[in-house]
Amino acid sequence: MKGRLNKKVPLYTTIFPVTFWLILLVAIPLIYVLVLSFLTRLPNGRVDFVFTMANYKKLINPDYFHIYGISLFVSAVTTAICIVLSYPFAWFIAQGSERKKTLMMLLVIIPFWTNSLIRLYGWKTILGNEGVLNKVLLTLHLINEPIQMLYSLPAVILGMVYTLLPFMILPIYASVEKLDKTLLEAANDLGAKSIQSFLQISLPLTSPGIFAGSIMVFIPTLGYFFVSDLLGGGNTMMVGNLIKNQFYTAQNWPLGAALSIVLIIMTLLLVRIYTLMGGKLDDLGVAK
Amino acid sequence: MKINKKIGNVASIIHASIIFIFLYLPIIVVVAFSFNKSKINIVFTGFTFEWYGKILKNTRLIDALENTVIVAIVSTLLAVIIGTLAAVGMNKYRFKGKKVVDALLYIPVVIPEIIFGIALLALFSTAKLKLGLGSLIVAHTTFCIPFVVFTVRARLVGIDPHIEEAAMDLGAKRIRTFFEVLLPSIMPGVVSGALLSMTISMDDVIISFFTTGPQSTTLPIQIYSMVKSGISPDVNALSTIILIVTIVVVILSQSRMLRNIKKK
Repeated sequence: MKGRLNKKVPLYTTIFPVTFWLILLVAIPLIYVLVLSFLTRLPNGRVDFVFTMANYKKLINPDYFHIYGISLFVSAVTTAICIVLSYPFAWFIAQGSERKKTLMMLLVIIPFWTNSLIRLYGWKTILGNEGVLNKVLLTLHLINEPIQMLYSLPAVILGMVYTLLPFMILPIYASVEKLDKTLLEAANDLGAKSIQSFLQISLPLTSPGIFAGSIMVFIPTLGYFFVSDLLGGGNTMMVGNLIKNQFYTAQNWPLGAALSIVLIIMTLLLVRIYTLMGGKLDDLGVAK
Repeated sequence: MKINKKIGNVASIIHASIIFIFLYLPIIVVVAFSFNKSKINIVFTGFTFEWYGKILKNTRLIDALENTVIVAIVSTLLAVIIGTLAAVGMNKYRFKGKKVVDALLYIPVVIPEIIFGIALLALFSTAKLKLGLGSLIVAHTTFCIPFVVFTVRARLVGIDPHIEEAAMDLGAKRIRTFFEVLLPSIMPGVVSGALLSMTISMDDVIISFFTTGPQSTTLPIQIYSMVKSGISPDVNALSTIILIVTIVVVILSQSRMLRNIKKK
Protein backbone atom coordinates (compact mmCIF):
# COMPACT_ATOMS: atom_id res chain seq x y z
CA MET A 1 0.00 0.00 0.00
CA LYS A 2 2.74 2.37 1.00
CA GLY A 3 4.66 1.50 -2.16
CA ARG A 4 1.68 2.25 -4.34
CA LEU A 5 1.07 5.57 -2.65
CA ASN A 6 4.71 6.44 -3.01
CA LYS A 7 4.48 5.82 -6.71
CA LYS A 8 1.50 8.15 -7.00
CA VAL A 9 3.03 11.03 -5.04
CA PRO A 10 5.20 12.40 -7.89
CA LEU A 11 2.28 12.16 -10.29
CA TYR A 12 0.02 14.12 -7.95
CA THR A 13 2.58 16.78 -7.05
CA THR A 14 3.31 17.49 -10.69
CA ILE A 15 -0.18 17.25 -12.15
CA PHE A 16 -2.50 18.34 -9.36
CA PRO A 17 -1.58 22.07 -9.20
CA VAL A 18 -2.02 22.64 -12.91
CA THR A 19 -5.23 20.63 -13.12
CA PHE A 20 -6.75 22.42 -10.17
CA TRP A 21 -5.71 25.84 -11.47
CA LEU A 22 -6.95 25.26 -15.02
CA ILE A 23 -10.29 23.79 -13.97
CA LEU A 24 -10.94 26.62 -11.54
CA LEU A 25 -9.73 29.46 -13.79
CA VAL A 26 -10.22 28.28 -17.35
CA ALA A 27 -12.96 25.64 -17.44
CA ILE A 28 -15.32 27.05 -14.81
CA PRO A 29 -15.22 30.69 -16.01
CA LEU A 30 -15.92 29.65 -19.60
CA ILE A 31 -18.79 27.38 -18.55
CA TYR A 32 -20.09 30.27 -16.50
CA VAL A 33 -20.07 32.51 -19.59
CA LEU A 34 -22.14 29.88 -21.38
CA VAL A 35 -24.62 29.78 -18.48
CA LEU A 36 -24.66 33.57 -18.29
CA SER A 37 -25.65 33.80 -21.95
CA PHE A 38 -28.95 32.07 -21.10
CA LEU A 39 -29.76 34.23 -18.06
CA THR A 40 -32.02 37.25 -17.73
CA ARG A 41 -30.81 40.78 -17.22
CA LEU A 42 -32.70 42.76 -14.60
CA PRO A 43 -33.46 46.44 -15.31
CA ASN A 44 -30.85 47.51 -12.73
CA GLY A 45 -28.16 45.69 -14.70
CA ARG A 46 -27.95 42.73 -12.33
CA VAL A 47 -28.32 39.17 -13.51
CA ASP A 48 -31.32 37.03 -12.62
CA PHE A 49 -30.96 33.26 -12.66
CA VAL A 50 -33.94 32.70 -14.95
CA PHE A 51 -33.42 30.79 -18.18
CA THR A 52 -34.08 32.68 -21.41
CA MET A 53 -33.20 32.54 -25.09
CA ALA A 54 -33.76 36.28 -25.38
CA ASN A 55 -30.05 37.15 -25.57
CA TYR A 56 -29.54 34.96 -28.60
CA LYS A 57 -32.73 36.23 -30.23
CA LYS A 58 -31.37 39.77 -29.85
CA LEU A 59 -28.32 38.76 -31.86
CA ILE A 60 -30.45 38.27 -34.96
CA ASN A 61 -30.23 41.94 -35.78
CA PRO A 62 -28.75 43.69 -38.84
CA ASP A 63 -26.67 45.99 -36.60
CA TYR A 64 -24.89 43.06 -35.03
CA PHE A 65 -24.50 41.29 -38.39
CA HIS A 66 -22.87 44.45 -39.65
CA ILE A 67 -20.41 44.52 -36.73
CA TYR A 68 -19.53 40.84 -37.14
CA GLY A 69 -19.15 41.44 -40.88
CA ILE A 70 -16.76 44.37 -40.39
CA SER A 71 -14.77 42.38 -37.83
CA LEU A 72 -14.37 39.43 -40.18
CA PHE A 73 -13.45 41.83 -42.98
CA VAL A 74 -10.80 43.60 -40.87
CA SER A 75 -9.40 40.24 -39.72
CA ALA A 76 -9.27 38.87 -43.27
CA VAL A 77 -7.60 41.97 -44.71
CA THR A 78 -5.15 42.15 -41.78
CA THR A 79 -4.24 38.48 -42.24
CA ALA A 80 -3.81 38.88 -46.01
CA ILE A 81 -1.56 41.94 -45.62
CA CYS A 82 0.50 40.18 -42.96
CA ILE A 83 1.05 37.18 -45.26
CA VAL A 84 2.09 39.36 -48.19
CA LEU A 85 4.50 41.36 -46.02
CA SER A 86 5.94 38.42 -44.06
CA TYR A 87 6.48 35.77 -46.70
CA PRO A 88 9.22 37.40 -48.79
CA PHE A 89 10.66 38.92 -45.62
CA ALA A 90 10.99 35.49 -43.96
CA TRP A 91 12.75 34.13 -47.06
CA PHE A 92 15.09 37.08 -47.08
CA ILE A 93 16.07 36.56 -43.44
CA ALA A 94 16.45 32.80 -43.85
CA GLN A 95 19.03 33.31 -46.60
CA GLY A 96 21.45 35.23 -44.39
CA SER A 97 24.33 33.80 -42.37
CA GLU A 98 23.59 32.38 -38.91
CA ARG A 99 24.69 35.61 -37.27
CA LYS A 100 22.66 37.81 -39.59
CA LYS A 101 19.59 35.63 -39.08
CA THR A 102 19.77 35.90 -35.29
CA LEU A 103 20.35 39.64 -35.45
CA MET A 104 17.46 40.26 -37.80
CA MET A 105 15.08 38.09 -35.80
CA LEU A 106 16.11 40.05 -32.69
CA LEU A 107 15.26 43.25 -34.56
CA VAL A 108 11.83 41.79 -35.30
CA ILE A 109 11.26 40.76 -31.69
CA ILE A 110 12.48 43.91 -29.88
CA PRO A 111 9.55 46.17 -30.85
CA PHE A 112 7.24 43.33 -29.95
CA TRP A 113 8.70 43.28 -26.44
CA THR A 114 7.93 46.94 -25.89
CA ASN A 115 4.52 48.08 -24.78
CA SER A 116 2.06 47.75 -27.66
CA LEU A 117 -0.01 50.74 -26.50
CA ILE A 118 2.98 53.03 -26.60
CA ARG A 119 3.70 51.93 -30.15
CA LEU A 120 0.07 52.50 -31.15
CA TYR A 121 0.33 55.91 -29.55
CA GLY A 122 3.35 56.50 -31.78
CA TRP A 123 1.14 55.78 -34.79
CA LYS A 124 -1.44 58.20 -33.46
CA THR A 125 1.24 60.90 -33.38
CA ILE A 126 2.26 60.04 -36.92
CA LEU A 127 -1.19 59.83 -38.49
CA GLY A 128 -3.02 62.67 -36.73
CA ASN A 129 -4.36 65.68 -38.61
CA GLU A 130 -1.53 67.71 -37.13
CA GLY A 131 0.69 64.67 -37.00
CA VAL A 132 4.14 64.01 -38.36
CA LEU A 133 3.05 62.55 -41.69
CA ASN A 134 0.65 65.37 -42.55
CA LYS A 135 3.29 67.93 -41.53
CA VAL A 136 5.84 66.33 -43.83
CA LEU A 137 3.40 66.12 -46.75
CA LEU A 138 2.38 69.77 -46.22
CA THR A 139 5.96 71.01 -46.09
CA LEU A 140 6.76 69.13 -49.28
CA HIS A 141 3.67 70.75 -50.85
CA LEU A 142 2.37 67.33 -51.81
CA ILE A 143 -0.95 68.23 -50.22
CA ASN A 144 -2.62 71.56 -49.48
CA GLU A 145 -4.54 70.58 -46.40
CA PRO A 146 -4.11 67.74 -43.92
CA ILE A 147 -5.61 64.39 -44.89
CA GLN A 148 -7.86 62.72 -42.34
CA MET A 149 -6.03 59.46 -41.70
CA LEU A 150 -6.79 58.62 -38.10
CA TYR A 151 -10.19 57.30 -36.97
CA SER A 152 -10.87 55.33 -40.10
CA LEU A 153 -11.04 51.69 -41.13
CA PRO A 154 -7.62 51.77 -42.89
CA ALA A 155 -6.08 53.20 -39.70
CA VAL A 156 -7.54 50.32 -37.68
CA ILE A 157 -6.21 47.79 -40.20
CA LEU A 158 -2.79 49.46 -40.08
CA GLY A 159 -2.81 49.18 -36.29
CA MET A 160 -3.82 45.52 -36.41
CA VAL A 161 -1.16 44.67 -39.01
CA TYR A 162 1.40 46.52 -36.96
CA THR A 163 0.53 44.82 -33.67
CA LEU A 164 0.21 41.32 -35.10
CA LEU A 165 2.88 41.21 -37.83
CA PRO A 166 5.46 39.34 -35.69
CA PHE A 167 2.90 36.55 -35.17
CA MET A 168 3.00 35.99 -38.92
CA ILE A 169 6.74 36.49 -39.45
CA LEU A 170 7.84 34.04 -36.74
CA PRO A 171 5.92 30.91 -37.85
CA ILE A 172 6.61 31.54 -41.55
CA TYR A 173 10.28 32.06 -40.80
CA ALA A 174 10.32 28.82 -38.77
CA SER A 175 8.84 26.87 -41.68
CA VAL A 176 11.21 28.44 -44.25
CA GLU A 177 14.13 27.59 -41.96
CA LYS A 178 13.00 23.97 -41.77
CA LEU A 179 12.68 23.67 -45.54
CA ASP A 180 15.31 21.36 -46.96
CA LYS A 181 17.11 23.60 -49.46
CA THR A 182 18.60 20.61 -51.28
CA LEU A 183 15.11 19.84 -52.61
CA LEU A 184 15.19 23.15 -54.48
CA GLU A 185 18.64 22.40 -55.85
CA ALA A 186 17.44 18.99 -56.99
CA ALA A 187 14.45 20.52 -58.74
CA ASN A 188 16.76 23.05 -60.37
CA ASP A 189 19.14 20.31 -61.54
CA LEU A 190 16.22 18.40 -63.01
CA GLY A 191 15.35 21.48 -65.03
CA ALA A 192 12.44 22.96 -63.10
CA LYS A 193 11.87 26.67 -63.60
CA SER A 194 12.05 28.78 -60.47
CA ILE A 195 8.31 29.50 -60.59
CA GLN A 196 7.63 25.79 -60.89
CA SER A 197 9.83 24.80 -57.97
CA PHE A 198 8.33 27.60 -55.91
CA LEU A 199 4.74 26.51 -56.52
CA GLN A 200 5.42 22.80 -56.23
CA ILE A 201 8.04 22.65 -53.48
CA SER A 202 8.62 25.84 -51.51
CA LEU A 203 5.01 26.98 -51.15
CA PRO A 204 3.49 23.62 -50.11
CA LEU A 205 6.31 22.94 -47.66
CA THR A 206 6.13 26.35 -46.03
CA SER A 207 2.33 26.53 -45.98
CA PRO A 208 2.11 25.17 -42.39
CA GLY A 209 3.83 28.39 -41.30
CA ILE A 210 1.36 30.49 -43.27
CA PHE A 211 -1.60 28.61 -41.77
CA ALA A 212 -0.29 28.86 -38.21
CA GLY A 213 0.45 32.56 -38.70
CA SER A 214 -2.99 33.17 -40.16
CA ILE A 215 -4.70 31.66 -37.12
CA MET A 216 -2.45 33.67 -34.80
CA VAL A 217 -3.32 36.89 -36.63
CA PHE A 218 -6.96 36.34 -37.57
CA ILE A 219 -8.33 35.32 -34.16
CA PRO A 220 -6.71 38.03 -32.00
CA THR A 221 -7.74 40.72 -34.50
CA LEU A 222 -11.39 39.93 -33.74
CA GLY A 223 -10.87 40.74 -30.07
CA TYR A 224 -8.28 43.55 -30.02
CA PHE A 225 -10.68 46.29 -28.95
CA PHE A 226 -7.92 48.70 -27.93
CA VAL A 227 -6.62 49.00 -31.50
CA SER A 228 -10.02 49.91 -32.90
CA ASP A 229 -10.59 52.18 -29.89
CA LEU A 230 -7.37 54.14 -30.32
CA LEU A 231 -7.03 54.30 -34.10
CA GLY A 232 -10.68 53.92 -35.07
CA GLY A 233 -11.84 56.40 -32.47
CA GLY A 234 -15.25 54.79 -32.04
CA ASN A 235 -15.97 54.98 -35.77
CA THR A 236 -15.03 51.37 -36.23
CA MET A 237 -16.99 49.03 -34.03
CA MET A 238 -15.66 45.48 -33.89
CA VAL A 239 -16.83 42.40 -31.98
CA GLY A 240 -14.29 43.12 -29.27
CA ASN A 241 -15.61 46.64 -28.71
CA LEU A 242 -19.17 45.38 -28.71
CA ILE A 243 -18.46 42.76 -26.03
CA LYS A 244 -16.47 45.23 -23.96
CA ASN A 245 -19.34 47.73 -24.09
CA GLN A 246 -21.86 45.14 -22.87
CA PHE A 247 -19.67 44.45 -19.86
CA TYR A 248 -18.92 48.10 -19.13
CA THR A 249 -21.08 50.91 -20.46
CA ALA A 250 -24.28 48.97 -21.21
CA GLN A 251 -24.00 46.68 -18.19
CA ASN A 252 -25.74 43.88 -20.06
CA TRP A 253 -23.67 40.87 -19.10
CA PRO A 254 -25.99 38.15 -20.47
CA LEU A 255 -26.00 39.79 -23.92
CA GLY A 256 -22.22 40.25 -23.73
CA ALA A 257 -21.93 36.56 -22.82
CA ALA A 258 -24.08 35.53 -25.81
CA LEU A 259 -21.89 37.68 -28.11
CA SER A 260 -18.83 35.97 -26.60
CA ILE A 261 -20.26 32.50 -27.21
CA VAL A 262 -20.71 33.38 -30.89
CA LEU A 263 -17.10 34.55 -30.99
CA ILE A 264 -15.94 31.32 -29.29
CA ILE A 265 -17.84 29.24 -31.85
CA MET A 266 -16.24 31.22 -34.69
CA THR A 267 -12.81 30.69 -33.13
CA LEU A 268 -13.33 26.96 -32.64
CA LEU A 269 -14.51 26.60 -36.25
CA LEU A 270 -11.38 28.35 -37.49
CA VAL A 271 -9.12 26.20 -35.33
CA ARG A 272 -10.99 23.08 -36.51
CA ILE A 273 -10.43 24.06 -40.15
CA TYR A 274 -6.78 24.65 -39.29
CA THR A 275 -6.32 21.19 -37.74
CA LEU A 276 -8.28 19.53 -40.57
CA MET A 277 -5.82 21.09 -43.01
CA GLY A 278 -3.05 19.38 -41.08
CA GLY A 279 -2.11 22.25 -38.77
CA LYS A 280 -0.67 21.41 -35.35
CA LEU A 281 -1.91 23.12 -32.20
CA ASP A 282 1.64 23.23 -30.86
CA ASP A 283 2.63 25.58 -33.68
CA LEU A 284 0.19 28.18 -32.38
CA GLY A 285 2.16 28.74 -29.20
CA VAL A 286 5.61 29.35 -30.65
CA ALA A 287 5.49 33.00 -31.46
CA LYS A 288 4.04 34.34 -28.24
CA MET B 1 19.08 35.48 -65.74
CA LYS B 2 21.82 37.03 -63.63
CA ILE B 3 20.29 40.49 -63.89
CA ASN B 4 16.95 39.03 -62.87
CA LYS B 5 18.52 37.63 -59.76
CA LYS B 6 20.16 40.93 -58.93
CA ILE B 7 16.88 42.79 -59.29
CA GLY B 8 15.30 40.18 -57.02
CA ASN B 9 18.01 40.70 -54.40
CA VAL B 10 17.66 44.46 -54.46
CA ALA B 11 13.87 44.17 -54.25
CA SER B 12 14.04 41.90 -51.22
CA ILE B 13 16.50 44.20 -49.46
CA ILE B 14 14.18 47.15 -50.09
CA HIS B 15 11.21 45.10 -48.90
CA ALA B 16 13.03 44.10 -45.69
CA SER B 17 14.10 47.70 -45.05
CA ILE B 18 10.52 48.91 -45.44
CA ILE B 19 9.35 46.32 -42.90
CA PHE B 20 12.01 47.37 -40.41
CA ILE B 21 11.10 51.03 -40.90
CA PHE B 22 7.44 50.12 -40.42
CA LEU B 23 8.26 48.26 -37.18
CA TYR B 24 10.47 51.00 -35.74
CA LEU B 25 8.85 54.20 -37.01
CA PRO B 26 6.37 54.67 -34.12
CA ILE B 27 9.10 53.83 -31.60
CA ILE B 28 11.42 56.43 -33.10
CA VAL B 29 8.65 59.02 -32.90
CA VAL B 30 8.01 58.27 -29.22
CA VAL B 31 11.71 58.46 -28.38
CA ALA B 32 12.17 61.69 -30.35
CA PHE B 33 9.24 63.42 -28.67
CA SER B 34 10.46 62.41 -25.23
CA PHE B 35 13.17 65.06 -25.73
CA ASN B 36 10.78 67.67 -27.09
CA LYS B 37 10.36 70.96 -25.23
CA SER B 38 6.76 71.46 -26.38
CA LYS B 39 4.05 69.77 -24.36
CA ILE B 40 2.19 68.56 -27.42
CA ASN B 41 3.53 65.89 -29.72
CA ILE B 42 3.18 67.94 -32.85
CA VAL B 43 6.12 70.19 -33.49
CA PHE B 44 9.63 69.76 -32.27
CA THR B 45 10.44 73.02 -30.49
CA GLY B 46 13.70 72.20 -28.79
CA PHE B 47 15.70 69.63 -26.88
CA THR B 48 15.06 68.95 -23.20
CA PHE B 49 15.50 66.32 -20.49
CA GLU B 50 12.70 67.91 -18.48
CA TRP B 51 10.21 65.04 -18.95
CA TYR B 52 12.63 62.49 -17.59
CA GLY B 53 12.73 64.39 -14.31
CA LYS B 54 8.94 64.71 -14.29
CA ILE B 55 8.42 60.94 -14.34
CA LEU B 56 9.36 60.64 -10.68
CA LYS B 57 6.77 63.27 -9.75
CA ASN B 58 3.98 61.56 -11.66
CA THR B 59 2.78 59.31 -8.82
CA ARG B 60 0.08 57.63 -10.88
CA LEU B 61 2.63 56.56 -13.44
CA ILE B 62 5.08 55.34 -10.80
CA ASP B 63 2.31 53.44 -8.96
CA ALA B 64 1.25 51.84 -12.21
CA LEU B 65 4.84 50.86 -12.97
CA GLU B 66 5.18 49.33 -9.50
CA ASN B 67 1.97 47.35 -9.90
CA THR B 68 3.05 46.11 -13.32
CA VAL B 69 6.37 44.86 -11.98
CA ILE B 70 4.80 43.21 -8.89
CA VAL B 71 2.14 41.44 -10.96
CA ALA B 72 4.68 40.31 -13.57
CA ILE B 73 7.13 38.91 -11.01
CA VAL B 74 4.59 37.14 -8.79
CA SER B 75 2.57 35.65 -11.63
CA THR B 76 5.73 34.57 -13.45
CA LEU B 77 6.96 32.81 -10.31
CA LEU B 78 3.64 31.04 -9.83
CA ALA B 79 3.39 30.12 -13.51
CA VAL B 80 6.97 28.81 -13.58
CA ILE B 81 6.40 26.56 -10.55
CA ILE B 82 3.03 25.21 -11.69
CA GLY B 83 4.01 25.05 -15.35
CA THR B 84 7.38 23.33 -14.87
CA LEU B 85 5.86 20.69 -12.59
CA ALA B 86 3.06 20.16 -15.10
CA ALA B 87 5.44 19.79 -18.05
CA VAL B 88 7.55 17.24 -16.15
CA GLY B 89 4.50 15.27 -15.01
CA MET B 90 2.81 15.30 -18.39
CA ASN B 91 6.00 14.22 -20.07
CA LYS B 92 6.62 11.36 -17.68
CA TYR B 93 3.28 9.90 -16.70
CA ARG B 94 0.17 8.66 -18.37
CA PHE B 95 -2.98 9.38 -16.42
CA LYS B 96 -6.73 9.68 -16.84
CA GLY B 97 -7.80 13.08 -18.07
CA LYS B 98 -4.44 13.96 -19.59
CA LYS B 99 -6.23 15.00 -22.77
CA VAL B 100 -8.48 17.31 -20.77
CA VAL B 101 -5.51 19.03 -19.12
CA ASP B 102 -3.90 19.36 -22.54
CA ALA B 103 -7.03 20.94 -24.00
CA LEU B 104 -7.32 23.33 -21.05
CA LEU B 105 -3.74 24.44 -21.71
CA TYR B 106 -4.53 25.32 -25.33
CA ILE B 107 -7.74 27.20 -24.63
CA PRO B 108 -6.18 30.39 -23.18
CA VAL B 109 -3.70 30.45 -26.08
CA VAL B 110 -6.25 29.98 -28.83
CA ILE B 111 -9.40 31.86 -27.82
CA PRO B 112 -9.43 35.66 -28.11
CA GLU B 113 -8.16 37.25 -24.90
CA ILE B 114 -11.29 39.33 -24.50
CA ILE B 115 -13.35 36.19 -23.86
CA PHE B 116 -10.92 35.05 -21.23
CA GLY B 117 -11.03 38.54 -19.70
CA ILE B 118 -14.81 38.74 -19.40
CA ALA B 119 -15.00 35.12 -18.18
CA LEU B 120 -12.61 35.87 -15.32
CA LEU B 121 -14.41 39.13 -14.55
CA ALA B 122 -17.72 37.25 -14.36
CA LEU B 123 -16.19 34.61 -12.09
CA PHE B 124 -14.46 37.08 -9.78
CA SER B 125 -17.49 39.30 -9.37
CA THR B 126 -19.82 36.35 -8.73
CA ALA B 127 -17.36 34.97 -6.19
CA LYS B 128 -17.35 38.45 -4.61
CA LEU B 129 -13.59 38.61 -5.02
CA LYS B 130 -12.37 42.18 -4.86
CA LEU B 131 -10.67 43.28 -8.06
CA GLY B 132 -7.12 44.41 -7.44
CA LEU B 133 -3.56 43.15 -7.44
CA GLY B 134 -4.75 39.70 -6.29
CA SER B 135 -7.18 39.20 -9.15
CA LEU B 136 -4.60 40.53 -11.61
CA ILE B 137 -1.99 38.06 -10.38
CA VAL B 138 -4.42 35.14 -10.59
CA ALA B 139 -5.44 36.13 -14.14
CA HIS B 140 -1.89 36.68 -15.35
CA THR B 141 -0.68 33.40 -13.82
CA THR B 142 -3.44 31.59 -15.71
CA PHE B 143 -2.46 32.86 -19.14
CA CYS B 144 1.27 32.44 -18.42
CA ILE B 145 1.07 28.76 -17.36
CA PRO B 146 0.56 27.36 -20.91
CA PHE B 147 3.62 29.20 -22.23
CA VAL B 148 5.82 27.81 -19.46
CA VAL B 149 4.46 24.29 -20.05
CA PHE B 150 5.09 24.56 -23.80
CA THR B 151 8.66 25.85 -23.55
CA VAL B 152 9.66 23.37 -20.83
CA ARG B 153 8.00 20.49 -22.66
CA ALA B 154 9.90 21.33 -25.83
CA ARG B 155 13.11 21.12 -23.81
CA LEU B 156 12.12 17.83 -22.12
CA VAL B 157 11.68 16.07 -25.46
CA GLY B 158 15.42 16.12 -26.06
CA ILE B 159 16.36 14.69 -22.66
CA ASP B 160 17.34 11.08 -22.11
CA PRO B 161 15.08 9.61 -19.37
CA HIS B 162 17.85 7.14 -18.48
CA ILE B 163 19.92 9.90 -16.88
CA GLU B 164 17.27 10.29 -14.19
CA GLU B 165 17.09 6.53 -13.71
CA ALA B 166 20.85 6.39 -13.42
CA ALA B 167 20.82 9.05 -10.71
CA MET B 168 18.20 7.11 -8.79
CA ASP B 169 20.05 3.83 -9.24
CA LEU B 170 23.04 5.53 -7.71
CA GLY B 171 20.90 6.21 -4.66
CA ALA B 172 19.65 9.74 -5.21
CA LYS B 173 16.20 10.43 -3.80
CA ARG B 174 13.44 11.53 -6.13
CA ILE B 175 13.50 15.14 -4.94
CA ARG B 176 17.27 15.33 -5.17
CA THR B 177 17.16 13.85 -8.66
CA PHE B 178 14.64 16.47 -9.67
CA PHE B 179 16.68 19.40 -8.37
CA GLU B 180 20.16 18.18 -9.25
CA VAL B 181 19.65 16.21 -12.46
CA LEU B 182 16.41 17.08 -14.20
CA LEU B 183 16.04 20.77 -13.34
CA PRO B 184 19.53 21.84 -14.53
CA SER B 185 19.00 20.13 -17.86
CA ILE B 186 15.63 21.79 -18.49
CA MET B 187 16.75 25.15 -17.09
CA PRO B 188 17.04 26.88 -20.49
CA GLY B 189 13.39 25.99 -21.14
CA VAL B 190 12.36 27.24 -17.70
CA VAL B 191 14.23 30.52 -18.19
CA SER B 192 12.77 31.21 -21.61
CA GLY B 193 9.31 30.33 -20.30
CA ALA B 194 9.84 32.80 -17.45
CA LEU B 195 11.03 35.56 -19.80
CA LEU B 196 8.06 34.95 -22.05
CA SER B 197 5.68 35.13 -19.08
CA MET B 198 7.24 38.36 -17.86
CA THR B 199 6.91 40.11 -21.20
CA ILE B 200 3.38 38.89 -21.86
CA SER B 201 2.32 39.93 -18.38
CA MET B 202 3.92 43.38 -18.60
CA ASP B 203 2.37 44.08 -21.99
CA ASP B 204 -1.09 42.68 -21.33
CA VAL B 205 -3.92 45.12 -21.98
CA ILE B 206 -7.08 43.13 -22.57
CA ILE B 207 -7.18 40.69 -19.66
CA SER B 208 -5.86 43.32 -17.23
CA PHE B 209 -8.54 45.71 -18.44
CA PHE B 210 -11.24 43.36 -17.13
CA THR B 211 -9.53 42.06 -14.00
CA THR B 212 -8.01 45.20 -12.55
CA GLY B 213 -9.49 47.37 -9.80
CA PRO B 214 -9.41 51.16 -9.52
CA GLN B 215 -6.52 51.02 -7.04
CA SER B 216 -4.34 48.65 -8.99
CA THR B 217 -3.84 50.08 -12.47
CA THR B 218 -1.01 48.61 -14.45
CA LEU B 219 1.12 50.60 -16.86
CA PRO B 220 -0.63 49.43 -20.05
CA ILE B 221 -4.03 50.23 -18.54
CA GLN B 222 -2.81 53.63 -17.33
CA ILE B 223 -1.40 54.38 -20.76
CA TYR B 224 -4.61 53.16 -22.39
CA SER B 225 -6.70 55.67 -20.48
CA MET B 226 -4.10 58.40 -21.05
CA VAL B 227 -3.87 57.79 -24.79
CA LYS B 228 -7.62 58.22 -25.04
CA SER B 229 -7.73 61.48 -23.12
CA GLY B 230 -4.38 62.94 -24.11
CA ILE B 231 -0.97 61.81 -23.08
CA SER B 232 1.61 63.81 -21.17
CA PRO B 233 5.18 63.92 -22.49
CA ASP B 234 6.56 62.12 -19.43
CA VAL B 235 4.91 58.97 -20.79
CA ASN B 236 7.17 59.30 -23.85
CA ALA B 237 10.13 59.55 -21.50
CA LEU B 238 9.08 56.53 -19.44
CA SER B 239 8.46 54.54 -22.62
CA THR B 240 11.95 55.40 -23.82
CA ILE B 241 13.44 54.16 -20.55
CA ILE B 242 11.41 50.92 -20.75
CA LEU B 243 12.51 50.49 -24.35
CA ILE B 244 16.17 50.85 -23.43
CA VAL B 245 15.81 48.38 -20.55
CA THR B 246 14.09 45.91 -22.89
CA ILE B 247 16.81 46.19 -25.51
CA VAL B 248 19.53 45.71 -22.89
CA VAL B 249 17.77 42.62 -21.48
CA VAL B 250 17.28 41.14 -24.95
CA ILE B 251 20.89 41.77 -25.89
CA LEU B 252 22.20 40.34 -22.62
CA SER B 253 20.06 37.23 -22.89
CA GLN B 254 21.00 36.69 -26.51
CA SER B 255 24.63 37.78 -26.42
CA ARG B 256 25.89 34.35 -25.48
CA MET B 257 23.99 32.88 -28.39
CA LEU B 258 25.41 35.49 -30.75
CA ARG B 259 28.93 34.91 -29.47
CA ASN B 260 28.61 31.17 -30.03
CA ILE B 261 27.51 31.77 -33.58
CA LYS B 262 30.42 34.09 -34.15
CA LYS B 263 32.86 31.39 -33.09
CA LYS B 264 31.44 29.04 -35.69
